[in-house]
Amino acid sequence: MANVTLRDVRKTYPSGFEAIKGIDFEVGDGQFCVLVGPSGCGKSTLLRMVAGLETITSGEIDIGGRIVNQIEPAERDIAMVFQNYALYPHMSVYNNMAYGLRNRGMAKPEIDTRVQEAARILEIGPMLERKPGQLSGGQRQRVAMGRAIVRQPKVFLFDEPLSNLDAKLRIAMRVEIRKLQRRLSTTSIYVTHDQLEAMTLADILVVMNGGQVEQIGNPLDIYQKPATTFVASFIGAPPMNLLPLRSDEIRSQLGGTGEAGLLGIRPEDFVISSDSVAGGVALDLTIGAIEHVGAETFIYGARKDGAQDVAANPGELPPGDVIVRIPGAVAPAIGERIRAIVPREKLHLFSADGRKRIEL
Amino acid sequence: MVEHRRFGNLLPHLVLLAGVAIVAFPVYLAVIASTHDNTVIANGQMPLYPGSHGLETYWNTIVSGTGKTTRAPVGGMMLNSLIMALGIAVGKIAISIISAYAIVFFSFPFRMTAFWTIFITLMLPVEVRIFPTYKITSDLQMLDSYSGLILPLIASATATLLFRQFFMTVPKELVEASKIDGAGPIRFFFDTLLPLSVTNIAALFVILFIYGWNQYLWPLLITTRDDMQTIVIGIKKIIDVHDALTEWQVAMATAVLAMLPPVAVVVLMQRLFVKGLIETEK
Repeated sequence: MANVTLRDVRKTYPSGFEAIKGIDFEVGDGQFCVLVGPSGCGKSTLLRMVAGLETITSGEIDIGGRIVNQIEPAERDIAMVFQNYALYPHMSVYNNMAYGLRNRGMAKPEIDTRVQEAARILEIGPMLERKPGQLSGGQRQRVAMGRAIVRQPKVFLFDEPLSNLDAKLRIAMRVEIRKLQRRLSTTSIYVTHDQLEAMTLADILVVMNGGQVEQIGNPLDIYQKPATTFVASFIGAPPMNLLPLRSDEIRSQLGGTGEAGLLGIRPEDFVISSDSVAGGVALDLTIGAIEHVGAETFIYGARKDGAQDVAANPGELPPGDVIVRIPGAVAPAIGERIRAIVPREKLHLFSADGRKRIEL
Repeated sequence: MVEHRRFGNLLPHLVLLAGVAIVAFPVYLAVIASTHDNTVIANGQMPLYPGSHGLETYWNTIVSGTGKTTRAPVGGMMLNSLIMALGIAVGKIAISIISAYAIVFFSFPFRMTAFWTIFITLMLPVEVRIFPTYKITSDLQMLDSYSGLILPLIASATATLLFRQFFMTVPKELVEASKIDGAGPIRFFFDTLLPLSVTNIAALFVILFIYGWNQYLWPLLITTRDDMQTIVIGIKKIIDVHDALTEWQVAMATAVLAMLPPVAVVVLMQRLFVKGLIETEK
């Protein structure tokens, strides 16, 4: 049970590469914090710095009111679940879980109680005598979790623990991790590149990019009010449509100031309708491609050139394409012309460089 | 590939059997010769079936030797050889696994220099450095001793290289998990790395034991006392007789006895080998 506080944490490698460029955030007691970002954004490095597996160039990491910068990983009172599980291949499941406790000189009966308890929670009781090599991916994952649980640490650290599992199992384990964390109410930091995992697990979501924090907050707040275009396009699938604004006239119609340069619209905020909305945006689209997912359908629509107010951001979409999400039952045809409208309150405005959100 | 060619398989098998016969015949001959009286062998009319002096010959060979040339029982030679071979094999493995551990898992200044220095010694076997090695062994009063037989031979670049390659395949996360589990470098080495290396150690042990057992030049140089002779030298001495009849039955018995420990090591370790191959742990 502990808070984890990072104060201006930085990491510079001997080569001069700055992996972490000054990060501040706090995870409250019992909260589930998810670090999310594209690969190479420094999220794993940051987690490993909290774990004590990487040195901290400058700044402070505080776990439960104790600055741990100079403290060995084993002394930090943390437990870590690795992406490849890192189970000891020559030890039985029981010994894998008991090893850390034995190294701490815990009494045998106490170790046994803890391991049996963890095995019961994770439903791996029948496998305690097996070796990791005889287990399936999901079972190994559970053992790795078990190894973390028996320690009863102040903080759980998860480094992409689900990325080696198949899609179905990943969802099941995701739910289980969340339940388990609620039940144990242990402060947790979880690293992932999967925005869906991030959204579903997090109490606090930290979106990282290029060694910096883009936005910190409650997942829904981040989804509804992304602070930058990076966050807007990273959180949510399919990503938010980002359309450069062409003229001051549109800018003022939308109520934005001169610095507003990009208009963001989530695919699900479109409504197919021939009406127009006051203060909102209407796009006339020619359907270029359709993806049926079952419950929903994604339309890749090309805007009629010239006649439109806004132009698609070439970085995010094929030129001129806009993604529109509609209910699955509706079946439009390729080549059909539709009008997609968005009410004003669903619009997002960003500065031209994408670094700043402008409230409407 | 499934093939059902009854006669197609016959020819390869015949070739293989012929090969086995060619290799095994001299061994068979040695075993047979060791069971006959020396006069039968000496007059060139040794039969290809076992004689009746087997037990007697082996008993004499092990307990008293030839009495003429080696002046020592072969049992003692075998013990010397065994101590030397085991010492070399265990010593080489112990030293090289520790060196490889340092090179792979620790970062210290001149780490690569250390590695390459070890690597270069591949080009310096005992035969090349024999004079300085003899001088040092002699200065350290290690002539005619087991330490003198073993120590100069136990540095092994090959084994270090092999362990290094294996250690580099050990996932980094395993080291980190150990760190978090509170295992320091020594605990990690004994609790995780050593158990994972068992099959490598077994493989090396086989090779190094035979290497040690077959040592000829070095023991010949530094042992002068009869009771320090190794069996490989013993065979040579038993055959090289001047002004007398070579005791062939003793020589052959010694040869057979010299074969047994390496064969035993191979047979015993092979089981561990196979076990290691089936249970891929990692």
